[in-house]
Amino acid sequence: MTMRFPIGLQRALLCLAILLAPLAAGTLRADDIMPPAPYAYRQLDDPALEAKAQRLMESIRCLTCQSQSIADSDASLAGDMRSQIRERIAAGEEPEAIRTWLVERYGDYITYAPRVTSLTWPLFAAPLAFLALAALLLRKRFGFGRPGADRTDGGGAA
Amino acid sequence: MIAELGLATLWLAAALALLQLIAGALALTARGTGFVGVVRPSAVVQGGLALLSFLALIMVFVQTDLSVKLVAANSPSAKPLMYKIAGAWANHEGSMLLWVTVMGLAGGFVALVEKRLPERTMLATLAGQAFVSLGFYAFLLFASNPFERLNPVPVEGQGLNPLLQDPGLAFHPPTLYLGYVGLSIAFSFAIGALVTREVGPAFARAMRPWVLGAWIFLTLGITAGSYWAYYELGWGGWWFWDPVENASLMPWLAATALLHSCSVLAARNALRAWTVMLGVVAFSMSMVGTFLVRSGILTSVHAFAVDPQRGTFILALLAIYIGGALTLFALRAGTVTEGERFAVTSRESARVANNVMLTGSLGIILLGTLYPLFTEAFGEKVSVGPPYFNPMTAIFVVPMLAVLAIGPLLRWRRDSFGRVRAILLIPAALLVICGVIAVVLAPGKVLPIIGLALAPALAVASILPLRGRDLRRVKLPVWGMVMAHFGVAVSLFGMASDSAFTTERLVAVRVGETTEVGPWQIRLARIEPVAGPNWTALEAVLEARYKGAAPVFTHPQSRTFWAPVQNTAESALLTRWNGQLYTVLGEQAAGDRWQLRLWWKPFVPMIWLGGVLIALGGLLALLGRVASDVKRLVARDKIAYRRERQGR
Repeated sequence: MTMRFPIGLQRALLCLAILLAPLAAGTLRADDIMPPAPYAYRQLDDPALEAKAQRLMESIRCLTCQSQSIADSDASLAGDMRSQIRERIAAGEEPEAIRTWLVERYGDYITYAPRVTSLTWPLFAAPLAFLALAALLLRKRFGFGRPGADRTDGGGAA
Repeated sequence: MIAELGLATLWLAAALALLQLIAGALALTARGTGFVGVVRPSAVVQGGLALLSFLALIMVFVQTDLSVKLVAANSPSAKPLMYKIAGAWANHEGSMLLWVTVMGLAGGFVALVEKRLPERTMLATLAGQAFVSLGFYAFLLFASNPFERLNPVPVEGQGLNPLLQDPGLAFHPPTLYLGYVGLSIAFSFAIGALVTREVGPAFARAMRPWVLGAWIFLTLGITAGSYWAYYELGWGGWWFWDPVENASLMPWLAATALLHSCSVLAARNALRAWTVMLGVVAFSMSMVGTFLVRSGILTSVHAFAVDPQRGTFILALLAIYIGGALTLFALRAGTVTEGERFAVTSRESARVANNVMLTGSLGIILLGTLYPLFTEAFGEKVSVGPPYFNPMTAIFVVPMLAVLAIGPLLRWRRDSFGRVRAILLIPAALLVICGVIAVVLAPGKVLPIIGLALAPALAVASILPLRGRDLRRVKLPVWGMVMAHFGVAVSLFGMASDSAFTTERLVAVRVGETTEVGPWQIRLARIEPVAGPNWTALEAVLEARYKGAAPVFTHPQSRTFWAPVQNTAESALLTRWNGQLYTVLGEQAAGDRWQLRLWWKPFVPMIWLGGVLIALGGLLALLGRVASDVKRLVARDKIAYRRERQGR
């Protein structure tokens, strides 16, 4: 579906595009008039630190997007927060300390890893409850069960 | 004119659904036997009318009839034809019309061909199906009329979200809807069987093709949706536990459980009440999914309908159907016995374990998806995302995968582990070896390590049921099972590999400069402008070399759509057998540099390849089942014919 211009015109347009690009960037993305924060699109040089930052960023909600983490959003706020997190990690802060700081500032909504609070504990109790329930049901099922009379094998898979 | 025709046929279809319900219900009573002949034909005609109505909607979209409100809101005249057609269902009203259409057609089909069940059960099933349809007809006609006119007529229609202008859109929602509708038929069968207390192998066999069909479509829908998010959103993520993604996953989990218990019921006449219960749960999950997506109660990329009134309507429908079905179940559960018994070590028990684990993970996902709504009611907003869902579902999924390796090797009714212990040594050894390798290669990443260790063992174990068999005589459903289980292993490997080994590179480079990501060297050859039918873009030409081999080119774009004005990053992918190079062109940075986002994702395509294999496995099973059903039908007809002749 992509329509291509003839080569000559393409070059001319390219020059024009490059000349106009800063302008276009300004007009098309009103929210990005400010240049992005230094580490919004730049990784930390130390891969271990970058991996740490990445893992944290993947679990922080982008507040101006819908259901996206700041690790995968083009929003300028997400970029600012990525930069913040990378700078703090580079300065030697622990990811969980940064998370706590973010939660204090923006509320629980910002972290995709829910904390255990008086309101959220059922989330963490549920798996145990499900397992207990399953164990109970299975015990009931097999506790007194005696296999019935001999039957021929059904062929069945799914 | 076409719009009015569409609306009129929709009303007629609704009227026929009402007739089908009333006639079906009366026919079940002692004095209403005269109505028996009405039920099946009205189901067929209802389906036909709904189809006509849907075709009318496609017509007004193709013609871009801007006097129809829905068209004006969703379809600018400058849009490729394919997206105009897809536009008919890429919105709330159209998608609901698609839903009732498919539901009507499926009901008509059941009415035409299903002859195995006792006639009373069939009548109850069709009445149940009409009851479900009626709710959706009412929803369409009273709360979301797709044919509503607009006065004055606008000169230009509004655009479709550019993110949604993609071939994925044309297929993704209809595929999921086909799945949801298939489950609604399974639900109707469950209701019919409960009403007449005829829960047995015949019921399971009648229901199974619909569950299988629904499951195939859901599998494909989820796979396609995941791939769409992967390449379209431009960050290389393929699953985010987004509420809308969960809304499609939950019915799939329920359908998977139903599929496995349904087979037990068909083959062994066991797990009766449980299978009926799962039939109710599976459709409930489709309704919950529809409610979450359609009500806009959880805003996300996919939620294009934001209208609380509609949400209330769907919630009411949900309460009526699910509440009604559960009440019926509670009333009848006492009379539906559990059926045949089986030992702890048996294929049935493996299926039970599978069902329990699937239901457990379904419960976790349902809870995690709805929990933020609950806390918001208490004035506190929380987010539940991957850091919760990944480990919590793993609690249930990992044991389930272990059972998956063993279950198919066991015999029905009663078996002993001693019989299969020797053969299981192969996958067990593989598990240990791969586990050790994974720990060395990806230290500290717990879930990816488990995945990398399990996947190869699972792949081998999934093929083991074929050992020692004459492959020419293995039945299609067994091939289907093997392929689907193998697909699970393939997909799991892709997921684990992507989580463990992906390398990312974010750089700002000048034209002509080279950078590296994983084994790739990538040079930004040039940036050039390109134009499409309703967008312009800057395109980067990237020269990519895999370990110094001959260069291949990719062309990621930064697109600007005109109507509505929106920028999107179009990723460009290079696929090799051992992974995918994912390239994105970002914005221009200072000093003539361009932002590039590059990922090397080893074996990531296996995620979706596995999904397709799972769906294909389902298809093989479905073909096998349908073929034997047809054979049985033909044989029965022949016998009946012969008897008739002898009688004369």
